[in-house]
Amino acid sequence: MRYLLRRVAVLLVTAWVAVTVNFALPRLMPGDPASNMMARYGGQLSPRALDALRIDFGLDTHQSLPGQYFSYLGQILTGNLGMSYTYFPATVSSMIRQALPWTLGMVGFATILAFLFGIGLGMVAAWRRGSAGWHRNSRLDTALVPTGVMLSAMPPFWLAMMLVYFISYKLGWFPIGGGIKPGLSKSSSAGLVDIARHSVLPAFTLTLVAMGGWILLMRNSMLTVLNDDFVKFARAKGLPNRSIAYRYAARNAILPIFTQFAMALGVVVGGQVFIEIVYSYPGIGYLLLTAVYNQDYPLMQGIFLIFTLTLLLANFLVEMLYVFIDPRVRVEAGK
Amino acid sequence: MSPRALLANRRAAVGASILGFFALVALLAPLIAPYSPSDTNSTPMLPMSAKHLLGTTTNGQDIFSQLVWGTRTSLSVGLLTGTMICLVQLVMGVFSGYVGGKADTTLSSVTNVFLVLPTLPLLIVLAAYLQGGSLLVLVGVITITGWAWGARVLRAQAIALRDRPFVEAARISGESRWHIVLAHIVPNMLGIMVANFFGAALFAVLAEAGLEFIGLGDINSVTWGTMLYWAQNSEAMLQGMWVWLLAPGLCILLLGTSLGLLNFAVDEIANPNLRRD
Repeated sequence: MRYLLRRVAVLLVTAWVAVTVNFALPRLMPGDPASNMMARYGGQLSPRALDALRIDFGLDTHQSLPGQYFSYLGQILTGNLGMSYTYFPATVSSMIRQALPWTLGMVGFATILAFLFGIGLGMVAAWRRGSAGWHRNSRLDTALVPTGVMLSAMPPFWLAMMLVYFISYKLGWFPIGGGIKPGLSKSSSAGLVDIARHSVLPAFTLTLVAMGGWILLMRNSMLTVLNDDFVKFARAKGLPNRSIAYRYAARNAILPIFTQFAMALGVVVGGQVFIEIVYSYPGIGYLLLTAVYNQDYPLMQGIFLIFTLTLLLANFLVEMLYVFIDPRVRVEAGK
Repeated sequence: MSPRALLANRRAAVGASILGFFALVALLAPLIAPYSPSDTNSTPMLPMSAKHLLGTTTNGQDIFSQLVWGTRTSLSVGLLTGTMICLVQLVMGVFSGYVGGKADTTLSSVTNVFLVLPTLPLLIVLAAYLQGGSLLVLVGVITITGWAWGARVLRAQAIALRDRPFVEAARISGESRWHIVLAHIVPNMLGIMVANFFGAALFAVLAEAGLEFIGLGDINSVTWGTMLYWAQNSEAMLQGMWVWLLAPGLCILLLGTSLGLLNFAVDEIANPNLRRD
């Protein structure tokens, strides 16, 4: 219980820091969002309408900085992220709410897939290298390491463009971009099939790009564990190889990687930005790009905040999960 | 970790050869490139030929020349950012871990905040606020977003070394804190630092290309990232000019792979658990 409370406290403090950073960033930067907005509506609005707009956008310059800060905190607590410049009069939170399910579905699926494949391949590579003949080189390991390195050095947007060109455009197997055929209802079965068809290539790209890191991490973690005494003991006892690999070594090798999976989940929510851009996938990464191109600062800030909070939450959940999967943490937490 | 150990490792040797090749191209760019990269005097949209090895862009620039000159920028951004990130990590990780106490508490809580800020969105948002700009701006932005993870790793290493007898001896003999860090701590974790450097350089090359691809760099400079930006915006794909897209990406992939291989190999050499013998 104490453990849980401490974790929640850390979560809240970091969330507060993240929100504050988000408040400070645009104010530290050169250029002032208020005058940007003036330029956008330049000359077409009466001064009174402009004043009203500024207050709507949270750019009330009559307020002092601490005053702005506290009203910002209050707004965020009530879930109000302000108005979008570009999609005015839509609010930032409504724009994010529209885009989020797309990203969560496609990216969540691809991340878990990449994790499972990467962990599996890394495990087998390490095991083959260290197994039976002890430190015998295996062809699989020799091939998998450069593959993993190459996958993690792949520019995601470039891979996406190549796949669009050769698979969608030349072969016509999948749609060129977008999330769903215009006019189809998202809840109809034909709509769902179409969404799936649009998501195959983005998800495939993301899985490939994200997998490389997992292969390398798991392989190295597993090799380290294979040097441990308890593995040698299991060997000496004459346990079958398969059971040493999967029931003893792999379970311990996954533990340190799990922390990074949490980071990856959060990072991936942002890391797919480039992939969404190339596929014009209507998710949150694509929305971020629209915000950037239109200098839509409230929307940018809102999206950044969502990314940060997702990452925090993912970390928190994994730490909670740790209590269940690692008995050592459980003992510590019980204290 | 000696140079010989590096060359004996096959992955390191391959990585170093590719990196060496790109370094050579970058140095000799004016001799290798047949045209000026910004020269728009050729016929636009030529296919591959002996005169234009990779054809020309929609603006009549020679793609091969652009590729050769682009090597310079990508490589220098990668190496420069890698160095900058290492310097930040030296302060925020190694120094912080070694001195401990209040300074460490402050510095490592800054690190922890940066760890939870999502890297890529932060990169994009920062670059957007700074409204694109020169390569140095990109180097700065990438440095700010890329140092935290490595700093945490180095800090743990420094803490492990802090109470070892030889460090203790240096402390007692009255050497200054920075001297101890640079002369006694760093040499004992050089392997990890070098691996970190290559990792950071890889991150920088990919981040630079990504930012330039979405138009947040200086779109008038000639780099692999801006080549991809122009190719995408000229709808190179729909006009069948796939070489224009393929070539810069392939170069990024190759340079990235070489940095990744070096990162992996140095880690392998420095870490006895991963060693092959």
